[in-house]
Amino acid sequence: MSMIFGVPMAVLSGQLLIGIINGAFYALLSLGLAVIFGLLKIINFAHGAMYMLGAMGTVILFDNLGVNYWVALFLAPVLVGIVGVLVEYFLLRRIAGQDHIYSLLLTFGVALIMQGILTNIYGVSGLRYSMPDMFKGGVNLGFMFLPYYRAWVIVAALLVCFGTWFMIEKTKLGAYLRAGTEDSQLMQGFGINVPLLVSLTYGFGVMLAAFAGVLAAPIYSVTPVMGSHILIVVFAVVVIGGLGSIGGAIITGVLMGVVEGLTKTFYPPASSAVIFLVMVIVLMIRPHGLFGKEA
Amino acid sequence: MSQTDIQSDIQKTILKQQKAEDRRKLMLNGILLVLLLLAPFVMYPVFLMKILCFALFAVAFNLLFGFTGLLSFGHAAFLATGGYTTGYLLSNFSGLTTEMGIIAGTLVAAVLGLGFALLSIRRQGIYFAMVTLALAQLVFFFFVQSPFTGGEDGLHGVPRGELFGLINLEDNLNMYYFVLVVFLACYLLVQRIVSSPYGHVLKAIKQNEPRAVSLGYKVDRYKVLAFVISATLAGLAGSMKSVVFQLASLNDAHWHMSGEVILMTLVGGVGTLLGPVLGATLVVNIEYQLGQGPLRDWVDPILGAIFVLTVLSFRSGIVGEVQKFVRKNMG
Repeated sequence: MSMIFGVPMAVLSGQLLIGIINGAFYALLSLGLAVIFGLLKIINFAHGAMYMLGAMGTVILFDNLGVNYWVALFLAPVLVGIVGVLVEYFLLRRIAGQDHIYSLLLTFGVALIMQGILTNIYGVSGLRYSMPDMFKGGVNLGFMFLPYYRAWVIVAALLVCFGTWFMIEKTKLGAYLRAGTEDSQLMQGFGINVPLLVSLTYGFGVMLAAFAGVLAAPIYSVTPVMGSHILIVVFAVVVIGGLGSIGGAIITGVLMGVVEGLTKTFYPPASSAVIFLVMVIVLMIRPHGLFGKEA
Repeated sequence: MSQTDIQSDIQKTILKQQKAEDRRKLMLNGILLVLLLLAPFVMYPVFLMKILCFALFAVAFNLLFGFTGLLSFGHAAFLATGGYTTGYLLSNFSGLTTEMGIIAGTLVAAVLGLGFALLSIRRQGIYFAMVTLALAQLVFFFFVQSPFTGGEDGLHGVPRGELFGLINLEDNLNMYYFVLVVFLACYLLVQRIVSSPYGHVLKAIKQNEPRAVSLGYKVDRYKVLAFVISATLAGLAGSMKSVVFQLASLNDAHWHMSGEVILMTLVGGVGTLLGPVLGATLVVNIEYQLGQGPLRDWVDPILGAIFVLTVLSFRSGIVGEVQKFVRKNMG
């Protein structure tokens, strides 16, 4: 068996694959954060909770209503998106214009409530979700074994990321969004319903998180606290990438997943901290992040 | 009556009012002091000490958030660093007196605070919050992995020892009065800082940073110093907490703790002196009372709801709202 720096090739590529998959989740989540931040200037502390809702929702829909994976992939994000719109409409809107710090604190409170309630109902040990049949098994690529589901996660995440990027950077709706970011009063003057746009943007950002949650349900343990850890990692990813760049969020997400996977191969104890270390280094060299604009 | 007479009359009235207000404040503080001195005879001293430790933690946090306008979401790191350092030293070096352990823990937290500050100080607002949060998470992982923190179990059986090698701190009353003295000293220190010229510059930075820069203040230095003082006091709170409970645990390093201290400060009143103390008292009590009752499992959602309500409807906190009310109706 071939070795690279004293590590078997199969182990290395296996960890790389896990890294890319984690990276796909980081990318989806930081993308949602970036979209919400772009228009609303809100750091959505409830993003992890929304991701968790997506995953929990998938399992609950299946257990109680027999909703299958493909329907859940669509239904769960829509439901969570509605939750998001309600949160925006009833809570966030009321503190618009206040210091952005307050929206961070408000969403933090919302996350605590959601996480706490679900913990009470389902416990912290988590729910089980079985892989859809068609994803069982995998393909042997010669140097490594690639399970079908993991391949699907990567493809689906990248497609959604690209679609979002395309919509925001290249379409008319995206142009409205970006213009709303620049000057919402002027947009209002042009007859565009900015409050609606804001609600929908928040809902959409949250949908991205829920979509990541559905993707995660078959491979990660689904618990009410699953969002709280990944959220902090995603914050670090966002700081590294720099806020305000949609493409930057995606690239940095995947990159950090890979960095984490490599660290797990070569020096396991540092694997959970390595992203934060990268963040420290990036902050010292480029305080506004790799892709961020000078703030 | 001539005009100068009227003016001097007005001045006299203002002076008199000020004196009356000073007297009222002095009375209030006196009453509070007496209550604090008598409290351990009525309530369980360890519970009171818990409140005092968290109150100090919140006061430290508020110096940064309330008076400088910097929201740190990583203050748990300093609480835990103080706690672990003190706990480790006191457990492993029996020659060390308690106050030396506490001082060491506080100093290590101060150094860590300087590191945090240098890395994060150029960022502002929510960005600053995210950077401090991520740095604190790095510290959390460090504590999970390091051999001297006992990992998930934490450090147990930290000896309280003797203060200055003389006063036995195993006795809860002695311990209480020691914690009280430290707390009051820190409270007065923060009060002094806030009303000093330095404190006024901090407030100026909070209100309008570019203005402070254009007035010639080296804003970053002021902010770094404020951050370090805040981290130091938070570390001191953690050090004392580990001595009081004879325990240092990962809970203190978790980012939920950073959230909790924000809640305490927010509920009590951001940017007021008494607010964080009141907020800490309230939150610790709520957690304790709920923990006893049938709502045991609902502590987190209830805290979350308090968070949401506070942000939505009384952002200036209890003390802040009372001040507003007093100013409106009696001013």
